[in-house]
Amino acid sequence: MSKVTIDPITRLEGHGKIEIFLNDEGGVANAYFQVPELRGFERFCEGRPVEELPRITPRICGVCPDAHHMASAKACDAVYHVDIPSAAKKLRELWYSAFMAGDHATHFYVLGGPDFVMGPTADPAERNILGVIQKVGLDVAKRVIRQRKEAHEVIEMLGGKPTHPVGALPGGLSKSINEEERARLLEIGQGMVEFGQFSLQLFGDVVLKNPDYMDLVMSDAFTHRTYYLGLMDDDNRVNFYDGHVRVVDPDGREFVRFTAPEYTEVIAEHVETWSYLKFPFLKKVGWKGLVDGADSGVYRSAPLARLNAAEGMATPLAQEAYETMYSTFGTKPVHQTLAYHWARLIEMLYAGERVVELAQDPEITSPEVHKVPDATPDEGVGMVEAPRGLLIHHYRTDSNGIVERANLIVGTTNNKAAICMSIKRAAEGMIKPGKEISEGILNIVEMAFRAYDPCFGCATHALPGHMPLIVTVRDTQGNVLQEIRRDG
Amino acid sequence: MALYWAASCGGCEISVLEVNEAILDVAGFFDIVFWPVALDFKYHHVAAMADGEILVCLFNGAVRNSEQKEIAELLRRKSQVMVAHGSCACWGGIPALANVTDRDGVFQRVYFESPSTDNPQRITPQTSTRMPEGEITLPVFFDTVYALDQVVPVEYYMPGCPPVVDQTLSVVEALMSGALPPPGSVVGAGSKTVCEECKREKSDEKKVRRFRRIHLAGDLDPIKCLLEQGVICTGPATRSGCGAKCTTVGMACRGCYGPPAGVVDQGAKLISALAAVIDSQDPEEIERIADGIDDPLGYAYRFGMAASSLRRVRVQ
Amino acid sequence: MSAQFEPRIIAFLCRWCSYTGADLAGTSRLKYPPNVLPIRVMCSGRVDPTFVVSAFRKGADGVLICGCHPGDCHYNEGNYNMMRRFPLIRKLLAQFGIEPKRVRLEWVSASDGDRYAKVVTEFTEQIRQMGPLAWDQVLSAPPTREPVESGVTAS
Repeated sequence: MSKVTIDPITRLEGHGKIEIFLNDEGGVANAYFQVPELRGFERFCEGRPVEELPRITPRICGVCPDAHHMASAKACDAVYHVDIPSAAKKLRELWYSAFMAGDHATHFYVLGGPDFVMGPTADPAERNILGVIQKVGLDVAKRVIRQRKEAHEVIEMLGGKPTHPVGALPGGLSKSINEEERARLLEIGQGMVEFGQFSLQLFGDVVLKNPDYMDLVMSDAFTHRTYYLGLMDDDNRVNFYDGHVRVVDPDGREFVRFTAPEYTEVIAEHVETWSYLKFPFLKKVGWKGLVDGADSGVYRSAPLARLNAAEGMATPLAQEAYETMYSTFGTKPVHQTLAYHWARLIEMLYAGERVVELAQDPEITSPEVHKVPDATPDEGVGMVEAPRGLLIHHYRTDSNGIVERANLIVGTTNNKAAICMSIKRAAEGMIKPGKEISEGILNIVEMAFRAYDPCFGCATHALPGHMPLIVTVRDTQGNVLQEIRRDG
Repeated sequence: MALYWAASCGGCEISVLEVNEAILDVAGFFDIVFWPVALDFKYHHVAAMADGEILVCLFNGAVRNSEQKEIAELLRRKSQVMVAHGSCACWGGIPALANVTDRDGVFQRVYFESPSTDNPQRITPQTSTRMPEGEITLPVFFDTVYALDQVVPVEYYMPGCPPVVDQTLSVVEALMSGALPPPGSVVGAGSKTVCEECKREKSDEKKVRRFRRIHLAGDLDPIKCLLEQGVICTGPATRSGCGAKCTTVGMACRGCYGPPAGVVDQGAKLISALAAVIDSQDPEEIERIADGIDDPLGYAYRFGMAASSLRRVRVQ
Repeated sequence: MSAQFEPRIIAFLCRWCSYTGADLAGTSRLKYPPNVLPIRVMCSGRVDPTFVVSAFRKGADGVLICGCHPGDCHYNEGNYNMMRRFPLIRKLLAQFGIEPKRVRLEWVSASDGDRYAKVVTEFTEQIRQMGPLAWDQVLSAPPTREPVESGVTAS
């Protein structure tokens, strides 16, 4: 038996490796996606005043710090049993929507997008942002930069800094906005809506009309029938900031729903010896291993899952796009992993529309953005939808608000099992007995991974041209049998 | 140029990319030979290079496992100039808060006691696992988190969590032009304290009779210095350079730019500063006022545990 | 039979009162343990918390700080600066896993040789009971401790 190692995984989660074991016939015996990293936030948050956690936990991720900041602030609100002022809720959601719009744009255009836009059989040297620019124009790149810049402008306005913002605290926000700022937010939101529409149009032209690509999208190698979940408003439409979580089974029927304090009744985490990252699964179904189907507790999270679990989008243009996607596939839920990219763009449009809606809300410039908590703090859970999946922060404090225990289930973690399964299936689909392992398999395996936009997956620019990759095939003694180079 | 992330969040990579259009100048000037977030070069590409072949390495993240230590050593060999990029590499950063415990302490919480974890067999990740198909490995998780210069020699320190965009750009420009200060210097930052940059109004009298937690205070003056109002602010013990963005939106500084020039132990200096504003000469009253500081270690060493004098907590 | 643990105590003594008091204890030929290494500072207010943590880092088992009685400080209020730092220093040490009583603050006047000798005797014994701090051992534990169990696959 021999082993193919990809280490480190790049243009994605910074710390991951993939081990693919080949059987004697040359097919795939198994494939493992390992996360070699752990930092221990759950432990070192103990002893800290709880209001410090919205400032500490964003350091879990420098790409989606806003997600942690919000989930943490909401958990703090819950710990103090404080219902924050209405204007604060709206401002937090506006801020958060702008963040989602920027983050989704980055992933689609620079990271996952090149696979999509250039097509699966494109030259590796072109499968990056530069190839995308050549194909669709330099203006697009400038527009992506502008979206990110403007998202950061919103974050800085409310949170002080674009990375690791600080404005949310137990009881609300530390500052409100004035009319001038509101007008700017509206302007930014409108730009985001335009860019959302443009991106979906691009997607339709370049991806949906590419038959080779659509073959891959619809192939078994990229399909998993799993449960799906997402945060919804009362009408079961996707909401990034607040609501309840709705879980649907592989046939789309509602399986269970839960609010923040109930999460431990629904989600449990499985541990393996070969990865520092745990594997969340649905408790009521049980852990059956890395397998598909209604009998397996594996579920998926993030854009496609959110849309699958929802009954619609809360804003008109996004709703239209949502209907288009499902009518194109003909079924709901959509199980094709590569549809994540499409769902991501629909969400990006929704996020822009939400910024506009909230910026036009008469309450948004209210100075009442903080309420001093007066209850004795004890325990609380805060949930948001991070770009990469459901995010849960759960804190327990003493009566002084000093953290005694913290528990975190973080975005990408939800998809850990699914990512493992997707990599294995993609590898199985491409590596066959008698067929030589080629550069093509490397990209297919990476595409399986990249659809989930795993945390750290955000490179805002993929730099010039070549993406060299070396795959080393070793026998079980570790001797090198073959080296395949893709020097880009 | 090489860029690497150890025990890091990715924020420093983002801060490099935040230079936006200027990134094209950087990419034009430097041949980026290793950057896992953006390019597909692998570890053995770096190993195959000649020693010193890499002009400059921007290394962010603290060192907390064996893989990160090995790569730090590898990159040190291959690079002429090593920059501790960001507060984690400089002083340990937030990950170094894990020095309040050790590996077993972390594993206990994460794999056994977490309320959502289902692990009756008490499995923990292992450095080596024998699967039916073969062996797969994980790096060793250390008991202690290290700053970069505790593992390899470092020429420059670039603080911040993350370094602000303007500062990142200035450092990159200095690297391109070669106009660098003597090795051992802090770059991309000022030399005074955050108070210098903070736009809040400061008076000469700082007399605090009660320390207040910011969310419970309720009536904070948006213009006056936060510390004067009893809110714990690390500004007096933190290096300038960030533009005081946090205090601008009404939140206190938490020290991410590390110690000011000439200060060896940032946390000890904060303790000194907080004590200095206590308005009392009666020992019992002083004790009562000091009790309002719930987590001295967490305020003092939020970003700098690894580089502090004591470095870690004694676990018994 | 192993040798009895001899505490190593660093003492910061202010030049005007407590160092003189310590001198007096010496010239009066009072008996007290030799475990204290005195460091003269101009005022107890000069004792930066950095000195305290640094002393423990470098091998001290205990740190003693002595100053003029409140109201008698040569610089009027210097000792009050120290008085204000002290509870915070103790709290910080406790969080590091260092017994707070390993640092002690005493007011010793220039004429109080007796008191100095008594404090040193008491403190040395207290530290002896607590045992060595040995911070270098806390730090020099090997970073690559191997896990106890060998690899086991659960599923």
